[in-house]
Amino acid sequence: MDIIFTSLGAGLLQAFEPLNLFMIFAGCLAGLFVGCMPGLGSVNGVAILLPITFLVPPTAAIIFLAALYYGAMYGGAISSITLGIPGASTAVATVFDGRPMAQQGKADKALMAAAVASFIGGTVSVILFTLFAPPLAAFALKFGPQEEFALMVLAFATFIGLGGDDIPKTIFSILLGLVLAAVGFDIISGQPRLIFFDMVEFQRGIGFLVLAIGIYGIGEMLWTLESTNGQIAMHKVKVTWARIKANFGDIKYYINSTWLGSFLGFFVGTLPAAGATPASLMSYGLSKTFSKDPDSYGKGNIAGVAAPEAANNAASTGSMLPMITLGIPGSPTTAILLGGMVIWGLRPGPLLFTESPDFVWGLIGSMYVANFVTVLLNIAMIPLFIRVLAMPFSILTPIIFVLCVLGVYATTDRMFDTWIMLLIGVVGYLMRKLNYPVAPAVLAIVLGPLAERSMRQSLIGSQGDVMTFFERPISLTCLILAFALMSYPLVLKYMRKRKAGAGT
Amino acid sequence: MTVRTAELLMGIATLLVSLGLMLNVYLDGLTIGWVEGRGPGAGMWPFWLSLGMALASLATILRWFMGATPESRSTDPYISQETIFIVGVSVVALFAFLLLMTIIGTYLALVLFMFFYVRIIGRHGWAMTTALVIGTPIFVYLLFEVALTKYLPKGWPIFEEGFLVIDNLRYEWFY
Repeated sequence: MDIIFTSLGAGLLQAFEPLNLFMIFAGCLAGLFVGCMPGLGSVNGVAILLPITFLVPPTAAIIFLAALYYGAMYGGAISSITLGIPGASTAVATVFDGRPMAQQGKADKALMAAAVASFIGGTVSVILFTLFAPPLAAFALKFGPQEEFALMVLAFATFIGLGGDDIPKTIFSILLGLVLAAVGFDIISGQPRLIFFDMVEFQRGIGFLVLAIGIYGIGEMLWTLESTNGQIAMHKVKVTWARIKANFGDIKYYINSTWLGSFLGFFVGTLPAAGATPASLMSYGLSKTFSKDPDSYGKGNIAGVAAPEAANNAASTGSMLPMITLGIPGSPTTAILLGGMVIWGLRPGPLLFTESPDFVWGLIGSMYVANFVTVLLNIAMIPLFIRVLAMPFSILTPIIFVLCVLGVYATTDRMFDTWIMLLIGVVGYLMRKLNYPVAPAVLAIVLGPLAERSMRQSLIGSQGDVMTFFERPISLTCLILAFALMSYPLVLKYMRKRKAGAGT
Repeated sequence: MTVRTAELLMGIATLLVSLGLMLNVYLDGLTIGWVEGRGPGAGMWPFWLSLGMALASLATILRWFMGATPESRSTDPYISQETIFIVGVSVVALFAFLLLMTIIGTYLALVLFMFFYVRIIGRHGWAMTTALVIGTPIFVYLLFEVALTKYLPKGWPIFEEGFLVIDNLRYEWFY
């Protein structure tokens, strides 16, 4: 425990270095902006701005992106409450009670509750992260290629079992991401693979950023343009800083829901398929279940705003835990962060704690600081962000498109990749309209090379005997869990049928 | 086209893509099984994954015939008229932007792209249009070329040579 406190102290000192502190401020501000703009969110923000962070050292870069991630979680509440449109899917549950509160003239109360709950959720989560990360990383040091592969199978299985999407389409999405990651030269034999139409450009492979920016930059903007038809109308919301300040006393009405959301959010966030959106929905549901007045939910109950906001912030930190300690991202945003870390020459996983302790503890230290900075910026700048929300889409859209195109070009130096990005964006948009989930594909393209390497290393080591995955306890446990998760939707369906049969 | 028809067509398209990927691995002569003394062949991973994609696509098509997915039962239009306009215009504008980047260079393409989006699509006033049409290329130049030292495409030689005047001025004044 002493080592943890000493390392955390060093991490906090690092977070207070001028450049890192500036990156925290910049990241929180950028996050609040992308979070509050409908159609943008943490995934888009991180994907689009990642290429720009190559200006600074890796620690400062990931501190910026992590701060952006928290900021986006805070910012999502602003549009949910004032517009009734969630800035991102993570803030959907906030609309349920946030919007009625705004209609009743209590937008300031709702915004204050969202800020306070987000702060508590984020702080609880980062404390849990600090306590859990080192022992988990130490445990993961025992992992060989078999365990690594089994863990990745488990990560993909969570998408199938808990993702809640169409199962064949989810499987297709995962496999497509894995195949796209295989384009280029074979990692072991060096043979060229999947060189479509004999185009030499494919020899360098398809980078994860091309896919991520295509799907989350271009595809998501097209999706937003469709759902809003390019028009967003904001209703009159009376919010002033003085009114917000006067609402601190309401905390007693939502503190229990906030604690519940904080712990729940952290643990749900650590699951790869889950992340912040289901965490916030589950937290809302549980808060309603345990409430003394469940009927008031959906009609403007302040606890109904706090519960999902605490959970989505806690989940965002929670999703960083498996990424840092195991190399398995807990959410699409952390998948992109992981890809960025690989570009920066860092290998996320248990060895990161021993190989780059400054980086890891600097990041953890920055999480504490970022939480403080974000809540202060959020409360101080709510009136300003409400004005920002009035920005027309016909200005925001071309700016984002330009950042997407130039971001991809700046990373790869090839026009070819920008064309691929556009193609992926359009195809991703068309597929998403038919309920093909896109998050598993992004996770798969990041994990693809690691999954293939660990599988092939395991098989080479065992001379082709697949039983090697079942002979080691940790690997076997992961595979059993993966099988259970994949079977879960079928079991659920069977039980529902049986229940329906018994009811008739 | 209805959502129902679109789902079937997408299922068929994903099936064909999967089969195409398998064929690609086969035509490249990559081993999809075990190479004696060397381990799994280079084609094993993409081939079997593509087979999985093909099976998942078949499952989607089968579910379409059974009406098991909400999409397969939906007779709503897949893309409405308003959507075709706003999304179509955006995609075509992006396509033109990329094409123009390679012909007339990033900055002139940016000017045209921003003008089209802000003035023609957004119908904003001249003050806003001028600010964005001039401000965006300057911001991009400062961020990408000065700060990130990334040389963005300048188009055909005639356009590139014209632009180099700005670069020369920058180097003469600041370095």
